[in-house]
Amino acid sequence: MKQLFVFIRKEFYHVFRDRRTLLILFGLPVVQIVLFGFALSSEVKNIGITIFDQAHDLNSEQIVDRIKTSEYFILKESVNNYSEIEDRFQEGRVKCALVFPPNFGADLYRTGQAQVQIIADAADPNTAKILETYLSAIIGQYQHELNPNVKIPYQIVPTVRQLYNEEQNGSLSFIPGVIALIFMIVSTALTSVAVVREKEMGTMEILLVSPFNPIMVLIAKAIPYLVLSLIDFIIVLLLSAYLLDVEIKGSLLLLFGESILFIITCLSLGLLVSSVTESQQAAMLFSMMAMMLPTLLLTGFIFPLENMPKIFQVISNIIPSKYYYIIVKAVMLKGLGFEYVWKETLVLLGMTTFLLGLALKKFKIRLA
Amino acid sequence: MANKIIECHELSKHFGDFKAVDQITFDVKEGEIFGFLGANGAGKTTAMRILCGLSYPTSGEASVAGFNVYKQQEKIKKHIGYMSQKFSLYDNLTILENIEFYGGVYGVSREEIKKRSNELVATLGLEKEAKKLVGSLPLGWKQKLAFSVAIFHRPKIVFLDEPTGGVDPITRRQFWDMIYQAAEDGITVFVTTHYMDEAEYCNRITVMVDGRVEALDSPARLKESFHTHSMDEVFYQLARKAKRSSD
Repeated sequence: MKQLFVFIRKEFYHVFRDRRTLLILFGLPVVQIVLFGFALSSEVKNIGITIFDQAHDLNSEQIVDRIKTSEYFILKESVNNYSEIEDRFQEGRVKCALVFPPNFGADLYRTGQAQVQIIADAADPNTAKILETYLSAIIGQYQHELNPNVKIPYQIVPTVRQLYNEEQNGSLSFIPGVIALIFMIVSTALTSVAVVREKEMGTMEILLVSPFNPIMVLIAKAIPYLVLSLIDFIIVLLLSAYLLDVEIKGSLLLLFGESILFIITCLSLGLLVSSVTESQQAAMLFSMMAMMLPTLLLTGFIFPLENMPKIFQVISNIIPSKYYYIIVKAVMLKGLGFEYVWKETLVLLGMTTFLLGLALKKFKIRLA
Repeated sequence: MANKIIECHELSKHFGDFKAVDQITFDVKEGEIFGFLGANGAGKTTAMRILCGLSYPTSGEASVAGFNVYKQQEKIKKHIGYMSQKFSLYDNLTILENIEFYGGVYGVSREEIKKRSNELVATLGLEKEAKKLVGSLPLGWKQKLAFSVAIFHRPKIVFLDEPTGGVDPITRRQFWDMIYQAAEDGITVFVTTHYMDEAEYCNRITVMVDGRVEALDSPARLKESFHTHSMDEVFYQLARKAKRSSD
């Protein structure tokens, strides 16, 4: 036991004396949270818009006024012909334009119908779609105000609730993904590098000749990274709560329990990587390619799994982070209890047992 | 007659058809400096790994410090020290931290570690550097320190695997002074080397060729029986018989 303590202390010396490791450990969570939280916001706000108003009547100006007061748009100077609109788009100053035909208001009153054109920059199709929705909503609202007393005899009004994220806080959905990614980096990549470093330096040999049990060598390597992963976890939770205003709905205890399970999964992966690689670079590369990329792409954290080709959906089932992602989303964002995530927990537990067993076996084979 | 501390009897290790170690028989006496020579690929490392409790032999008998290599690997490990040609201290730990770590791994008590490490640092004249990172020391010092760490827990035997690779002749000479000192203190030294002048420093040497022990005696008597004045010539005559190419 005392030997284990001596070993773990040594491991912490390594971590705290290596600036790169420290940077990854404590810089990365902050950078990722800030990056995903602010830079990658899916909300569209303060978009440049130009108006080509050929009517200049009461109705067109009232609509323009409404756009002006909307927080979604910034009204840029208006244009006088279509080619100017094109110029504005190419300069990148506006993302959309609204065109009123001559006699807009007159048409509206005389024929009961008027047209207005929305032109959006669809180089970014998602933004274009959102802008179209915003503008249609503003025009629809105005139209409704024009006819306050008219009632359409049959009316179906959908009321929409965005459940579990009523304020449409874009930060919510990526946080579980970021947590999974950080565990992958700390527990898989850093751990595998730490073990392989001993191989490279020749110190592993010395440790194996010592009376220290070889399996204990692995455990002693893993424990510091388990602790560090948990510290990172707390950092992410604090940043989410206080910087991004994300409310943690479920039980913290459950969240920690599930996280420790997933950290052990990642550690097993790391030990496995370290037993099949011989250099620190190889270990790093292997962790990145084989472990982190699937976490990024195939857990549903950035790209929805439902939209992927069947084959990727099938592959995603063998990726441990997928299950952890589902669990954290359920517990943290929906406030669900263990009875809703026990299946995923079981899968994760099975995977962990398998990976840990494999890692230990590989390590023993190398010894013989 | 001193006690036999290592005994090997027809010890073999096969990897498939390949006989890495082929029925070697020898013994090492307590307090002896025992040289273990052979070309690359002759089976030195494999034999040494068995004696260190790192791998099991295929057949034959061997005991180290009185413990069986099949059944008592853990006990063997407690009573031996080991140092390899690859540098074996941690660069980003200080001298004292390295000593504490290895001492701790071998289960030396805390007070004892403190006492002995002060002595050790004083003997090596490293008082000023004790709290500096090992990475900042010159190679020769690192090597001497690594040896001191390998015998820090007072093992019965210390295995040295080409310990002086890449250091200058003066440091090598000083290193051998340390080996003599250790032997005088009662530690048996089992050393592999490629340097024939170092072979001369040993009490007895064996030369391995193709997994077999081809010669075993004191350097003086080996030279006599091969009718030559240099160990180089002895080694050359033996190694020439090798059929395996070196790896």
